[in-house]
Amino acid sequence: MIDAEDHALLQARVLTKWYGLQIGCRDISFELYPGEVMAVVGESGSGKTTLLQLLSGQLAPSAGHVFYRMRDGVMRDLASLGEAERRFLFRTDWGYVHQEPALGLRMAVSGGANVGERLMAVGWRHYGRIRGAAKDWFDRVEIAYDRIDDVPTTYSGGMRQRLQIARNLVTNPRLVFMDEPTGGLDVSVQARLLDLIRRLVGELRLAAIIVTHDLAVARLLSQRIIVMKDGAAIESGLTDQVLDDPREPYTQLLVSSILPA
Amino acid sequence: MNGPAYNFAYLDEQTKRMIRRAILKAIAIPGYQVPFASREMPMPYGWGTGGVQVTASILGPDDILKVIDQGSDDTINAVSIRKFFVKTAGVRTTTTTVEATVIQTRHRIPETALHEGQILVFQVPIPEPLRFLEPRETETRRMHALQEYGLMHVKLYEDISRHGEIATSYAYPVKVDGRYVMDPSPTPKFDNPKMNDCPALQLFGAGREKRIYAIPPYTQVVSLDFEDHPFAPYRFDGTCALCSATDSYLDEVITDDRGSRMFVCSDTDHCATRRTHGHGASSLCPQDEGEKNGLRAGPGAAP
Amino acid sequence: MYALDLVNVKKSFTLHLQGGLHLPVVAGVNFAVQPGTCVALTGPSGCGKSSILKMIFGSYRCDGGHILVRDSDHIVDIATASPRTVLMMRQRAMSYVSQFLLAVPRVATIDVVAETLRRAAPDEARTRAADLLRRLNIPERLMAVPPATFSGGEQQRVNIARGFLPNCPVLLLDEPTASLDSENRAVVIDLIAGKKRGGVAVVAIIHDKQVRDAVADQIVDVASFAAA
Repeated sequence: MIDAEDHALLQARVLTKWYGLQIGCRDISFELYPGEVMAVVGESGSGKTTLLQLLSGQLAPSAGHVFYRMRDGVMRDLASLGEAERRFLFRTDWGYVHQEPALGLRMAVSGGANVGERLMAVGWRHYGRIRGAAKDWFDRVEIAYDRIDDVPTTYSGGMRQRLQIARNLVTNPRLVFMDEPTGGLDVSVQARLLDLIRRLVGELRLAAIIVTHDLAVARLLSQRIIVMKDGAAIESGLTDQVLDDPREPYTQLLVSSILPA
Repeated sequence: MNGPAYNFAYLDEQTKRMIRRAILKAIAIPGYQVPFASREMPMPYGWGTGGVQVTASILGPDDILKVIDQGSDDTINAVSIRKFFVKTAGVRTTTTTVEATVIQTRHRIPETALHEGQILVFQVPIPEPLRFLEPRETETRRMHALQEYGLMHVKLYEDISRHGEIATSYAYPVKVDGRYVMDPSPTPKFDNPKMNDCPALQLFGAGREKRIYAIPPYTQVVSLDFEDHPFAPYRFDGTCALCSATDSYLDEVITDDRGSRMFVCSDTDHCATRRTHGHGASSLCPQDEGEKNGLRAGPGAAP
Repeated sequence: MYALDLVNVKKSFTLHLQGGLHLPVVAGVNFAVQPGTCVALTGPSGCGKSSILKMIFGSYRCDGGHILVRDSDHIVDIATASPRTVLMMRQRAMSYVSQFLLAVPRVATIDVVAETLRRAAPDEARTRAADLLRRLNIPERLMAVPPATFSGGEQQRVNIARGFLPNCPVLLLDEPTASLDSENRAVVIDLIAGKKRGGVAVVAIIHDKQVRDAVADQIVDVASFAAA
């Protein structure tokens, strides 16, 4: 939910990325406020993943800026952060959920340790409390306690994804980036995961940017949306407005292509 | 002798200079792994080439060298390395810890307290404490640079969740001078406290991995742990069968083919010194019924 | 002082997939709603009644004119407001009961309803949701069940509960009684009367003349705004 008094959490200004002569994304500008969920939709090659990587500081832009409001209230250009600062931000104030959970987990380390790692990285030194926090999160993402000491290679795909979410949320981040969080999962597993994401985002007042090609996911999770094609933002605004009353030809094409369930 | 003539301590002077530079850098940054151009030595990797190169670089004609392997002066490795330096450097050697100026060791720190002016050289197989959890060298270097040591505690966490306690019994990770996390080489964790605030200089050489690191004298060395699972040095709950020591690190020795065993001090010099001072075999030492072999107390034994 | 004022509002669709077919819907829509009153939108099917409601709520874009909503002490023009402002208004000032229930998988009915009040009054949200559902004759045993499998009438009543729960100064209703029997229609009439007494401005599309007569203070014929 939105708080009127808050200032923008993340600002993109004419964000552009070229890969040699190939455009990754071009002139993307928007502001994201605390508690807002924004979907970035587009088909393959639209530039949505490039945008996500630019916004999360994993790629340097060719032009433009990304500003983020730190916990102390100061708005910082991501490009001005030192590597240590950026890595710290990535581990505490931000979450990044990969499409493939193995990329966002340590597969050789137990589920509990996966969740506890970020806590240990910020200085938690009490085993009992770390384990308690891990158990708490297992509960919230609906993974049975008795799997806490098992390694994620023994988990199903849906469980791994939920573990990845827990691992990312344990430090109470204010902003979460998600790259096709339900991609590759069975439909029933997807539904459960979407439900979980929706609930957690609401409970924790997270801001989130979710890249997806699935308009139903966008409708379910986001209040705002950017439609991308060939690196450009074709249309943007309120999710229900853009999806119910699409203005641009490409958006109308996308919306009409959804098969009814 | 008809053998070939060696440069003092085998290595050429330029190599020694390079290694000394690495050592100085290591001392300047306690616990930091300094890469060095490890040379081919006349022994295979895994047999102490790193330690030998460090010792060769710091040895002078007036030094007195002690070499121990698992605490003992007379195992084959200790004997071989000692002979190597006798042959190539002609230095005096000793088994008495307090007499030595340079002590090269594999997997133990002597029981006898070290003093200023001594140098302890450790043989190290894998210098990177994070290696088993993070195989990428690029990542571990970054973690050290940015002091991202959460992963180290993950390892300890895993131990506790699997074994109920921190099960790491040797190569127990330590934090040096409040900055770098270091692998103290495969010494038992029993020895970790000796590294803290030690009057001697401690040098670590890994030949195969080509790294040198150091702990300057009187440096803070803290073993990693959790608040509710504090570090506890571990030793067998027993007494040395030869000298009755109750506070030294013990080796378990199988004495016959019926499972009889006895515990003796791992540090042979320490044990022998105690015996010469009158400490004899303890009647309380745990032994099986059955044969006790001839390894009884030395001269002047008292019950 | 009005709670809601539409000034010269205009709407059309351009269907690019049909070769750019231009469909004008409404133009020159002008009406205001005072607090505590109900405006009923009438007109034949397809004349733009739902579109007007959706434009007020911000679900549809407005191609011209102003949609002024009073939020306590200041006025927001939904037609030109930023997405963030519209979202804030939806939270604080406007509630919308649509014809179709957005069925979120696996969320219990009581939580679907309580969600709209959760931020303003987290402790009471569920109790008040339960009260409202009971009043709308949704049995206890269904409250813990997700509404996806409910009948049309049951889903509509869940929708109504969800829209009526928060205290918003503007309430938008799209066919609130379409699938209801006479008993539940009476409940809804009662609920609307209650909202009016509370000072809420209501805009409703109601086909049933009896219901319209019971709640509407003003009739607006949307057909008169038909675009050329």
